[in-house]
Amino acid sequence: MRYIWTALFLLFIGSAGADEPSATNPALDAAALAPLASDDFDEKGRAIDAIAATGDAHVLPILRSLLDGQLFQRKDDDRFVIAAESDAGYDITDALTSENLGSVGKRDLRKLGLNNSLRSQLETVLARLSLTSPDTSIRLAAVNNMLKNPTEDTTAAIRAALANEKDSAVADAMRTVIAMSDLGGGDPVVRLAAIDILRDSLSPDVKNRLSALLEKTSDGTFTEPDENIRGAAERAVAHIESKVSLYGFAENVFFGLSLGSVLLLSAIGLAITFGVMGVINMAHGELMMLGAYTTYVIQLLMPNHIDASLFVAVPAAFLVAGLVGIAIERGVIRYLYGRPLETLLATFGISLILQQAVRSIFSPLNRSVSTPEWMSGSWQINEIFSLTYNRLYIVLFALIVFVGLLLLLKKTRLGLQVRAVSQNRSMARTMGVRSNWVDALTFGLGSGIAGVAGVALSQLTNVGPNLGQSYIIDSFMVVVFGGVGNLWGTFVGAMSLGVVNKFLEPFSGAVLAKILVLVFLILFIQKRPRGLFPQKGRAVEG
Amino acid sequence: MNSLAFIRSDRGGHIFLGLLAAVTLVVPVLSLMVPETSALHLSSYTVTLVGKYLCFALLALALDLVWGYCGILSLGHGAFFALGGYAMGMYLMRQIGDRGVYGNPELPDFMVFLNWKELPWYWFGFDHFWFAMVMVVVVPGLLAFAFGWFAFRSRVTGVYLSIITQALTFALMLAFFRNEMGFGGNNGLTDFKDILGFNLQSDATRATIFVLSALALGLGYIACRYIVSSKLGRVVTAIRDAESRTRFIGYQVDNYKLWIFTFSAMLAGIAGALYVPQVGIINPGEFSPLNSIELVVWVAVGGRATLYGAVLGAFTVNYAKTYFTAALPDVWLFALGALFVIVTMFLPRGLIGLLERIKVRRGAPQLAERKS
Amino acid sequence: MSDSTQAGESIVDSDRIGEVGIHTVEPGKVDVSHKTILYLEDVTVSFDGFKALNKLSLYIDDGELRCIIGPNGAGKTTMMDVVTGKTRPDSGSVFFGQTMDLTEMDEYEIARAGIGRKFQKPTVLPEHTVFENLELAMHTDKRVWTSLFSRLSGEQRDRIDGVLDTIGLRDQARRAAGLLSHGQKQWLEIGMLLMQGPRVMLVDEPVAGMTHQEMDRTAELLTSLAGERSVIVVEHDMEFVRSIASKVTVLHEGSVLAEGTMDEVQNNKKVIEVYLGE
Repeated sequence: MRYIWTALFLLFIGSAGADEPSATNPALDAAALAPLASDDFDEKGRAIDAIAATGDAHVLPILRSLLDGQLFQRKDDDRFVIAAESDAGYDITDALTSENLGSVGKRDLRKLGLNNSLRSQLETVLARLSLTSPDTSIRLAAVNNMLKNPTEDTTAAIRAALANEKDSAVADAMRTVIAMSDLGGGDPVVRLAAIDILRDSLSPDVKNRLSALLEKTSDGTFTEPDENIRGAAERAVAHIESKVSLYGFAENVFFGLSLGSVLLLSAIGLAITFGVMGVINMAHGELMMLGAYTTYVIQLLMPNHIDASLFVAVPAAFLVAGLVGIAIERGVIRYLYGRPLETLLATFGISLILQQAVRSIFSPLNRSVSTPEWMSGSWQINEIFSLTYNRLYIVLFALIVFVGLLLLLKKTRLGLQVRAVSQNRSMARTMGVRSNWVDALTFGLGSGIAGVAGVALSQLTNVGPNLGQSYIIDSFMVVVFGGVGNLWGTFVGAMSLGVVNKFLEPFSGAVLAKILVLVFLILFIQKRPRGLFPQKGRAVEG
Repeated sequence: MNSLAFIRSDRGGHIFLGLLAAVTLVVPVLSLMVPETSALHLSSYTVTLVGKYLCFALLALALDLVWGYCGILSLGHGAFFALGGYAMGMYLMRQIGDRGVYGNPELPDFMVFLNWKELPWYWFGFDHFWFAMVMVVVVPGLLAFAFGWFAFRSRVTGVYLSIITQALTFALMLAFFRNEMGFGGNNGLTDFKDILGFNLQSDATRATIFVLSALALGLGYIACRYIVSSKLGRVVTAIRDAESRTRFIGYQVDNYKLWIFTFSAMLAGIAGALYVPQVGIINPGEFSPLNSIELVVWVAVGGRATLYGAVLGAFTVNYAKTYFTAALPDVWLFALGALFVIVTMFLPRGLIGLLERIKVRRGAPQLAERKS
Repeated sequence: MSDSTQAGESIVDSDRIGEVGIHTVEPGKVDVSHKTILYLEDVTVSFDGFKALNKLSLYIDDGELRCIIGPNGAGKTTMMDVVTGKTRPDSGSVFFGQTMDLTEMDEYEIARAGIGRKFQKPTVLPEHTVFENLELAMHTDKRVWTSLFSRLSGEQRDRIDGVLDTIGLRDQARRAAGLLSHGQKQWLEIGMLLMQGPRVMLVDEPVAGMTHQEMDRTAELLTSLAGERSVIVVEHDMEFVRSIASKVTVLHEGSVLAEGTMDEVQNNKKVIEVYLGE
């Protein structure tokens, strides 16, 4: 009980002391720490409480390192230091001033012994201190930590802290801990109410605790005698499980969409060159590779601005790949219009040349492209569901490119001309469209988008000479699956293939999932050679 | 018209078959009978190399039949070659018996390594040579038949067909890379010891396989030549040039394509089976889409729709590859890539077309005229 | 009637199952006991909402020579596509004789059953010689295996020579068909049609690109063919139509506008309005 009062006291000074340091606080100084080195464990216990009572900012790190065995006393001058193991021995900092004291050998430090009762005392004290920390994430971590092993003491501390808790996420977590504790009590009403709270938690500890109520002992009787409780627990477990599987489903959909976005990015340029122009460009993958290498070069040029590099890389990659694309169109493809199989072979030759060029210029080895700060990390939505930022940005980026392209084709003069040429070349020409020029620009556009896709790929996969090859077959399959000449078809095709792939993976493994999708596509194309959204009309009948 | 007219009227074929016969006789003699000290002696490396080219030529022949004559650009013919190779490889694997690293008489090394307890069902029978030889043609043939049955009936043509054949070989490559498939995964099948009791490393065995490859190529050539000069061949070219017209005069186009495709896949399978004992390994890399498309360039370089052109192309490109990859490895892909571009843009009828043009200029126009 | 129905169906089925076991249908087996050889009833075909054929009903008698005229987009070519199996109708029925449902048959089955077609744009096999074009078109067993081993008999050779004479291309027999002039290609295609020996010939614009003399010869040829077979001619050239036709059908917007002799049709008010009166 003593601890509770201490806790309440701490709470009081904690909440007050955050604003104005109280004069009544005993100072945290070397004298206060000195008893920690004593051989008497009782004395140590008292010292811990006293240190905690000071409310100093260093209390938490000092007690935490004491518990973790990282608080030492330097033999030379009896200074208390926090040590972190390093190659040279121990890097030490002064416990009270955080002054860096360099590194020392193990022999120079005196260990501070603990016994089990001190450890549990420390844990409790630390928990309470954390609960009053002004930092929300520390409080939340502390509460979640207590959930794993709620004791009467910690629960009491939480009950007290709950009243002052402003943050709803922390408060919810606190209620969950309290409910866990209540569940162990004797009053059926309280227990039922606790289950009612727990059913909204997603923590695996809660689920285990509730499931435990439903277990049978070896002689066949339930460990939990109360039928009502069992019923409520059973419903709560079912509720939690359905929520978990819902989030699992959502996660798969998200993974699928992010894979779909990659497919969309790599296929959409092809949807222009193949779908709109009818040109088979086997070098499409290598144009993506060029985009990825452009990113690499840009990062080499601006090593101190990695965060901004991608914003430079996107237009740069568009230009590089687009210009190479125009060169390919003017140099080779325009002589081969109307001979798709020859185009296929010639562009394949170009893809080999580009691969070897990259190998010769850079290296046959993969190059490393850095990920900007803002793309790492993840968005934690709840305990079991989080979205990584890089995937999130890829999805977003793919959507932007897709919408941009749609607008370009629908709203601009170039788009109008592209559509006119693709539908009736000679008619468009008689109406004054310079079809040669439009062909070159369209091909450049498709290639430029491949370059942009390459920037995105550089964030997901290894940048090497073979980068393009691994995507070309997938991209073609997506375009054909969606229906040639139909951008929306490409969109739906890419997304659905991405999602299907991710849903297959848990059952079959990644490689088999890919094989299954390929086999499905091969069969699908044979069933519906014109894809999901075929172009209709008399023209295609002939 | 008598029954041998198809070969009698084929002047390019005469030259090719004559050369082939000469090589078949000379190479084993130079390898086995001429002493090693002589400058005329052929090392077993050279014999194997030329033997490899012979297999590639047979594969090129198979592709030319479907592409040059029927207009089906298969980008997956390497898959049929590899399947034939795996069938042969499985027989050779079983021949190792207990001489493997783990000494297991029943299981190949890689299965012991994977802790497999018994032979998977699809390995049954491969300890018999005849069974393996049947599988060499049946497996690629069946796959081609099943694939073609769906594809041709749904009228998948042109580049669409090319792309899904490429996807097919890609899917097979991924599958064969998996250890669970039971074909040795990444490493494939290798460390072969002997074939029908003859040591694979001995010069005599190598020379024999060489002669067999040459025979297979010769017979394959004659069979293809017979087909393309029969009425079936004329129907097939009609399909290539005017598919729907051919349909409207009463030919079941799908069936013609299906049979020519299946036959071609079987030829490719035989080529693969002869290839494997000579190089001593078969792995999933053979399924790589790159191999299949490289094969297309052999045919294009030689001159499609001339069977000896395909053979010429296979020899030329592969010799160039051997030379470049040894002497100037960095240049090879540039050269190969440029070859694709040059042939499609400037040499649509390949080397044979070039030769004919030169001959026409020199005043031998009868060669350019069509034979009936 | 019921017997022949089963025969007709079994032909279709066995062809669908696979290559082995196909039995070609002799053109003589078409059941024309009701005098009509080709029935189109309520046939509708639409492309993207546009109705190329709109409840078209058309009956062709055995041995009849029929001309079909109509402005562009009237559905003439689509009608031929439907009969030859190139396009499947959305609704309606198409029968060859009493028994064969053409909507259930593939192009090659329809061709083998005895319906031949000449396209608007002459399509010959460009890389084959004129002789080979005719050889391939010849009515004979067209299965894969028989093709592999088939040799021309003397009789077949004579037939080809006969047709070569009819179409006036005997001295071109060894030339590649792709090298022929436009008019010669037209003749070659008619020759291919003759080699097929069909019961019904669909002829799309046969005289386009022909000289006057050639036109006369074509007219003569087509009229001489009618009787033993039915000939359906789609043509724009009114003079030519007048010179050959006994009966004319006018199509407009996918259905029949008028039917009768050339004179009747030419005096039909509706026809004048939409077509001749232009």
